[in-house]
Formats: sequence, structure tokens, C-alpha cells
Amino acid sequence: MVAEKTTNEMYQVGKSIPKVDAREKVLGRAQYIAELTRPNMLFGAMLQSPYAHARIIAYDTTAAEKVTGVKCVLTGDDFEDHKMGPFIKDEGAIAKGKVRYMGEPVACVAAEDEETARAAALLINVEYEELPTVLSPEAALEAGAAVLHEDLADYFKVFEAIAENNLMSYTEISEGDVDKAWDECDLIVENVYETQAQNHLSLEPCGALAEVEPDGLINLWSANQSVFRVQANVCECLGLPMSRVRSMTPKVGAGFGNKMEAHIQPLCVALALATKRPVKMILSREEDFETVRARHPFKIRCKTGVKKDGTFVAREVELLLDGGAFADDSPGVLGNATLMSVGPYHFPHAKAFGKVAYTNHLRFAAFRGFGNPQVTFAGEAQINDIADKLGIDPIDLRLKNVLAKGQQWFGGQKVDSNGIYECLEKVRVSSDWDNKRKNSGENGIGISVAGHISGLLATGAIVRMLEDGTFVLNTGATDIGQGSDTVLTQICAEALQIPIDRIRTATPDTDASPYNWGTTASRVTYTTGRAVVGAAEDAVRQIKDYAAIVLESLADDLELREGGMVGIKGANKEVSFFEIAAMTHWGVGGPIVGSHTLVFDQSTIDPKRAVAKGMPFTNIGVFTFAAMVSEVAINQVTGKASAEGAWYAVDVGQAINPGLVEGQIDGGYAQGLGYALFEEMIWDDGRLANPTLMDYKVPGTAEVPYDIDTTIVEHPEPDGPFGAKGVGEITLVTVPASICNAITHASGVRLRKMPFSPERVLNGIIENEIT
Amino acid sequence: MGETISLNLNGEVREAKAGLTTTLLEVIRDQLGLTGAKKGCNQGVCGACTVSIDGKLARACLSLAVNSVGREITTNEGLTEDGEPSALQQSFIDNGAVQCGFCTSGMIVSSHALLQDIPNPSIDEVRDGLSGNVCRCSGYRKIIDAVRGVARG
Ligand code: FES
Ligand code: FES
Repeated sequence: MVAEKTTNEMYQVGKSIPKVDAREKVLGRAQYIAELTRPNMLFGAMLQSPYAHARIIAYDTTAAEKVTGVKCVLTGDDFEDHKMGPFIKDEGAIAKGKVRYMGEPVACVAAEDEETARAAALLINVEYEELPTVLSPEAALEAGAAVLHEDLADYFKVFEAIAENNLMSYTEISEGDVDKAWDECDLIVENVYETQAQNHLSLEPCGALAEVEPDGLINLWSANQSVFRVQANVCECLGLPMSRVRSMTPKVGAGFGNKMEAHIQPLCVALALATKRPVKMILSREEDFETVRARHPFKIRCKTGVKKDGTFVAREVELLLDGGAFADDSPGVLGNATLMSVGPYHFPHAKAFGKVAYTNHLRFAAFRGFGNPQVTFAGEAQINDIADKLGIDPIDLRLKNVLAKGQQWFGGQKVDSNGIYECLEKVRVSSDWDNKRKNSGENGIGISVAGHISGLLATGAIVRMLEDGTFVLNTGATDIGQGSDTVLTQICAEALQIPIDRIRTATPDTDASPYNWGTTASRVTYTTGRAVVGAAEDAVRQIKDYAAIVLESLADDLELREGGMVGIKGANKEVSFFEIAAMTHWGVGGPIVGSHTLVFDQSTIDPKRAVAKGMPFTNIGVFTFAAMVSEVAINQVTGKASAEGAWYAVDVGQAINPGLVEGQIDGGYAQGLGYALFEEMIWDDGRLANPTLMDYKVPGTAEVPYDIDTTIVEHPEPDGPFGAKGVGEITLVTVPASICNAITHASGVRLRKMPFSPERVLNGIIENEIT
Repeated sequence: MGETISLNLNGEVREAKAGLTTTLLEVIRDQLGLTGAKKGCNQGVCGACTVSIDGKLARACLSLAVNSVGREITTNEGLTEDGEPSALQQSFIDNGAVQCGFCTSGMIVSSHALLQDIPNPSIDEVRDGLSGNVCRCSGYRKIIDAVRGVARG
């Protein structure tokens, strides 16, 4: 079986080939949503709510409708009461009846050009009646708090949600008996940690282009992470059959979770339906900040109990998340955060539980790490405090307690590929840990480890032989810039034993591609890669059947040979893919189409081991592991912490393309560094105060050190494609904790609230001096 | 839509319509079909719209089209060699310096200008030269390698 080959034998896997779309991108010719046009196209714009929570009393659209060039104005009254949502169907295409956050779209306009559309939208008058707001999860959960979704109980939910009033979801997992276990501990540490909202800031703002064909079929292009989620969302909230909507994607200017579920697509489709003309909408940076989605702020109470010798005994974690105005992926983020609360460690007793609440903020949702960076920050900071108290080196303490081979993840799932121990050993050496830890100079170093999943849900692949023996690979997976088209092509080329340039990757299209849940959850390499291997094997089976006829042999006696040949094992006789293609297209059998689909089906919770309540998913994924050391320098006068270097070791199972793995590590580091040190969305009484790049800083070359050392560890995942598992998210998960721990090493200051701003560091230094 | 203006763009004279507030970015993208420069912020911060005007780097989103008349404007497309990648562009490909590609044209225009000034830049000189270009996908390391790689040939 092709999937069982080892590294040494690989033909296309394990090579850092350039991305298949790099050329069009360096030439400035790649087409993103903003570049697409259709004949007779209109432009859409929206009006946003000036209130965080208010009832909509009336609309007056006359002034907007009178503007020359305006073709249509839509308000909530023009939309039927349909709802979308990946976990809880609580969100319409537009505000209807009431608004739930400041900036929420309340009306939209289509006009001959963008300027006219934007100007006209501002002429729409909406009469509101203000309602009391809830601007924190604590306030939301208080008795008597204003309720965001009066009909929550009636909403359709895809899981058994524990939800009531403003409680969107409650999740709990427990193993062993934490309450009893505290007595066995020699040391118990308990702290509260806080994290802030982070904006994804994909450099490309969200946008969409919709066109209704004369027969009523809708073509929809948009910046997305899943053409299938776009199709589902649009159809759910507009009440359309999915067979009427064809969802496609141009190149995507990155997505870190923000483009996974709907943004502007439903409004764009509604305007196209109303005007019978193509409509394009591109959000401004401010609108993107205000209306798309962001990373959840967390409050985390973390309690860990250990033996004197450092053996971990028990951990309890309690979470409180701000979910914002709509559920979106929040229940999933809470579920994953709960599952990740214990980290890649063996705790005989553990319990994690938490709530996510509706508030009058922008929806919080999926963002690289999916709840894991927050709980890893808390857990890993606390483990360092424990190491300090016990006088044990932080890496030694981790080595003693990380999951050993054969040990299960919290909740009971088995872990087949586990390179965490090796990751820790590698970064200890690469970072020169032992020396740097001893010589406490100006700079500090900090360690952090994590496990993360890659997996979830359904995916498919079609491998189709063309008339000349080359191939089209069609998976429906959106390449958001991370390079999945390249990686999947390499996997396919390996399985078929042909050069990369004999495979073309089809762009995702719901009319033509097999289902793919999306480019999220670090899942494409692992799950879609499996589907590609399966589809290629299906094609190879057919190829061999026909080759057997030509070669007058048995299919079982045949082997693939590099470069697109099938030969008889141990003999010279062979036939090319070119000949097989010609034969099947023109003579015998019919063209070769290999296909394979799957749904990830390993159980996350083993009921014999753990008790779980309110889990939004049953089968989440296989585990990826990482360890990293960060180095920081602290300016003693200003308190400013700056990142000076990072050493990573990441167990990716098998790197399909090591260069692209490094790209993910670099990018995850930079984004994590911004999150740790300065990125923060700030609300002022319901209003997002910094929705621009002027006011919301992201890391540039001045902030990101050049020295990022990457070690790729490869413990093959048995059912992964050639042993591979995902890497996209884990590279960010470890960053805040390692930087936090480095700050403590450099300054003696332990911060428990992110971001680690100069002010917080300085206050810590001053407090330490006083005490 | 404003008056007809004539621009010297990538060595060619191109006509466009521009009002007093029309930006160079809107003109080159929407009217002249050069879409390598991107609108990432429209506020002069991200650098995705970077072009060169009379040999100096400029934010096309902040440059008024009417003020660009009579100047030499070069976009990333103008740096290609007959539509093929230049050595610098090829170095971006070879060094894995492209992920989503949204920042790439701006990065290449800035890097090109940097290399004109400093043919063999150090790591810190490249970091300085690119400090006005945001990339959200990478950690800049491979971009820096791409720029230095072409300098070293
Ligand atoms: S679009 Fe011009 S600097 Fe961002
Ligand atoms: S490659 Fe995506 S922003 Fe730079």
C-alpha cells in the first residue's frame, strides 16, 4: 500500500517544492475577490447599527432610494425569518426586529458604483428603541440581565446544547476524582488568567460577488475557507435550496478562522436576487473589524496539584468566554478549550468546565488555535510557577509529566503518534536552554508545550485521468495561502508516482468538487490528504486493471513505476499512463475516475474513562504536538518586552513539504507574538474603539525577530497520508505562554493577563521592588 | 468621474479618469487593470498598495491620481521581465516567501527599491526597508531571505 512507504523511499513527499501558485502571486496576477468583475455589475454597501442593543422600530429608505444610481435598498423587513449557524441557528442574514451589537448590518444598498452605494446607505433612516446592554459574560449571566436571544430555546441546535437565557453553551469533561485528589497533593497552585480579543487581520478584507442566472441559479464567489460552509450558510439564512447556489472561490488573501463561516455573502446574494444583476461587496478594513469575527476573550481559573517530586496529580480548570452576539463557532471553541485545558500531560484526576455567554459584542469565533492558546497560556504559566516553587527545571518538570506513549488524551481518546517528549528534548538543545537558564543576563527564556488536534468532519477527493494520462485533482479544499493545493498535489503525485506538473488542482466549486467541510482545524493535510490517498489508490486500482489487459498479466502482479508507468513486477514489460488513458477514453472501459470520501470518526470521549456534558462534537481529531522556547528582552525603564528569538520543535507526523511547515511555524509565531505582546481589540461601552490598522497594531519586521529556529519532528500518524498530521494552529498555541514565561525569567514578573504590555510589565517590576 | 488624466505607468502612457479625490490605487486597479497592488487598509498602514513614484516608494491608497500625472509610476507588474519573474520575484518563489500573496506585490516593490539603494543588505537593513509592509501569513524570515538571496545572486 502506498501509504505505508517510509521517508527514505518517498518520491514527492518530504520535498520543499515551491507553492504551485507562487508564480502568479509574485507576478501580481493572482485574482482575489476584489479583482473579480461580471458584466453589468453593481456594488453593494451596508448600513451598520449605531447601538449595541436596540429594538428596530421603523425604516425610512426614501432618501436612499432617490439617489441616482441606486438600484435597490433592503432592510430587515425584506428578509424572511430564516437562521444560520454552525452549532446554534441563531443568526439571520441581516438584523431583523433588533440589533445585537454595534456595527451589525441593518440595511444594504446596491448601486451602479461603490461610492454611490456607500453614500446612499448612510441616507437610510432607522428608528431604534435602545435596550439595556450586556457587555461582559459576567453581566450577561447575572439574573435579570437583558436577554439577547429571546427565542434561544426554540433555535435549532446541532448538538445537545446546555443553553438558557444568555448562556450559549456549557461544557464539562472530567476524569478521576479531582475533589478527592487535592488531599494527595503536596503543592496546590490556583490562579486566574485573562486573555483579550484578537483580530484575525487577514490582509485581504472580506468580500463577495453574487450573480443570478436567468434560470434562477446563483453563482457566488467569495473570500472563504470553505465553499461548502458558504453555500450552507447562504441557503439557511435566505431559505434557498442548496441546489440553487453554486459557491466558488478565487485566491484567498488568508483566513485564520475569520472566513470559515458567512460574512457578507448572504447580503450580497440577497441584493443580486433583488436587482437581478451581479452585485459585488468588499468590506472596508473598518467594516471587516466591526462585523466579521474575532478571537474570544477568556477568563480562566486554573488549579493544579502536584507531588513534591513534581508528579502531576490533579488539575481543575474553569472557563468563562465572551461569545458575542451570535453563537457562530463559539460552542466548538469552548468545547475544544475544555478538551485542551489539561495540555499534553498525564493527570490522573482532571476536570474542566466552562460557559460561553451571549453579549452585545461582535461575534467571537474560530481563530487559529480554537480556544487552545488561551488555556495553554494559563496552564503553561502555572506549570512554570510550580517548577519555581519546587525548584525543578521547567523542562525537567514537563518531561516528567508529558503523555507517554500509549497514554490517552484527557477524555480518553487514544494518541497514536506522540512526539512530545522528543519535541521537548530538541528545543532544550537547539535553544541552548541549560546555559541560558543558568546565565540570567538581560534576556529571559521561557518554555511552553502544547498538543492540538487536526481533524474533524467530512472530506473527499476525486482523482481524474485526462486523455493524455495527466490528472486533475479535485478536493473542494480552499487554499487560503498556507499551501494546501501544493501539499495535496504532492500527496497525489506520491500516490500516483508521477511528477507534480502532471497534476492540476481544481479550484473549489460546490457544483463540481466533493464535499469538504473546510480549511480549518489544521485538517486539510490530514483529512483531505487521506481522501487524496484513497482516491489515488482507487485510480491506481483501475489503472492496474487495464494495464493487466495490455500486459496480459494479473493486476496483482503489477507495480507503479516512477513517472507514470505500470510494469510487471520483476520484469521489463510496462505500459504508460498515456497509453492507459488513450485506451480507456477511446476503446475499453471508460475514463478513469478515482474517488474517496471519509468522515473523521475516532471518538474524543471514552465513556469508560471520562464524563462529558454539553460537548459540541464527538470526534474531533488526531493530535499534533509542539514545544517552543522564546527569548525576550525587557526594557527596564519602559517595561517593554521584545521578542528576541524562538526555537520550535513540532511533531507533524511527516512533513509533506518541510518549507511550507516552516512557513506555518514562522506565521504562527508572528501572529502569536502580536497576540502576546500588544494586539487587542478594545470596546468602549459597546463601541469597538480601534477598528483600524492605525489603532490596532500587528507585528511588522521591527517586532518579529529573524531568528526563528524550526525543528520538524516526525512521529508518523498511522492513518495520516504518508504519516502526516496538521500544523497550522499549533504553531501559535504555544507562543503566549512561552513569552509569558520568558518575561518571568527576565524580570521576575509573573503576568496573568494578556497582552503583556509595557505598562503591565513595568507595574510588575515596580511591585516586585516594593515587596 | 472627473477629468481624463494621462499617467506614465510602467513605462507606458495610460489614460484614465480621475476626480480630485480619486486615489492612484483606484485608478491602477479599477481602470487600468493592474491589480497586483492591493487595498489592505486604504489608510497608508499595511503597505499592500506600495508602488514607486519617481523612484520613491509611495502608498497608492494615499496618493491622489491627479498628483501622479507627469511622474514615473512603477508597480510590481512593471518589475516583471516581459511578464516573466525578475530575479527578485523568482527569489520570492524559491525562498518560499509567498503564502496568501496579498502582501507580495507591495513587498516586492519595497524590496526592489531597497536593493537599488543597498545592493547587499544585511538582515537588519532588509528589516528596516520592509518595516512599512505588513505580512500576516509569514514571520518575514523567508521574505528577508528572498531579498538577500537575490542580492547574493
Ligand atoms: S492599502 Fe495602502 S497602505 Fe494599506
Ligand atoms: S503572504 Fe499573506 S499577507 Fe503576506
